[in-house]
Amino acid sequence: MSNEMKMEFDAISANESFARVAVAAFVSELDPTLEEISDIKTAVSEAVTNAVIHGYDGIDHGKVYLRCQVDKDVVHIEISDNGRGIEDVEKAMEPLFTTKPELNRSGMGFPFMEAFMDDLEVISRPGEGTKVLMKKKIGCIPWIEDED
Amino acid sequence: MEEDFKVIDNYLMVKMPQEIDHHKSSYISENADRFIVRENVSNVVFDFEDTRFMDSSGIGIIMGRYKKISCFGGKVFAIHADHRIRRLLMLSGLHKIVEIMD
Repeated sequence: MSNEMKMEFDAISANESFARVAVAAFVSELDPTLEEISDIKTAVSEAVTNAVIHGYDGIDHGKVYLRCQVDKDVVHIEISDNGRGIEDVEKAMEPLFTTKPELNRSGMGFPFMEAFMDDLEVISRPGEGTKVLMKKKIGCIPWIEDED
Repeated sequence: MEEDFKVIDNYLMVKMPQEIDHHKSSYISENADRFIVRENVSNVVFDFEDTRFMDSSGIGIIMGRYKKISCFGGKVFAIHADHRIRRLLMLSGLHKIVEIMD
């Protein structure tokens, strides 16, 4: 079973909660635990917030693109923007590293995405926007799963 | 929403909202800072009783207030934090500087 949805919305902070709630509602067909829903909501919130404040610098209101796909018991989430991009992705992903301490950013966005999802990939280049790919398996009991 | 910020003795009590994200964070940080300066309090208590969602923005709020008050010997406390919020505090290392109480 596979199911996909796509959204496009303005890069404003009010849409951060809209995005995470929309994804939570979409994946509910997999019957995730509250814990799993919470993990996904946090990860989506981090990625969308990054697009709003870093991608578009909180000024130039571009669009954020969100794609969510449910494939069997795996959730794939793709969040991208056409913003300024990231110069050093590895550095950006380090815990506590932030380019905006004056905005009370903690530098824990990527580490939280990494902690709460099974897989995280960040594709970015300066001037070419950023794409965040995340994956999470719902209901992790693989040893009693059917062969097919 | 001024009632979310209360001063008791030398403590600023901050009632955290249901959802703590970037959208809400500047309101909380700015008001907390205003109270810290105006009422000259040394300690801040964050109350998570109503909080059902938090992302790294919440960590940023706590870190920022800690930086402001710790140089004057102030302390930061977290009360009514559920296991989810505790996990975020642990992951970010904040449990080393924030006293987590029930």
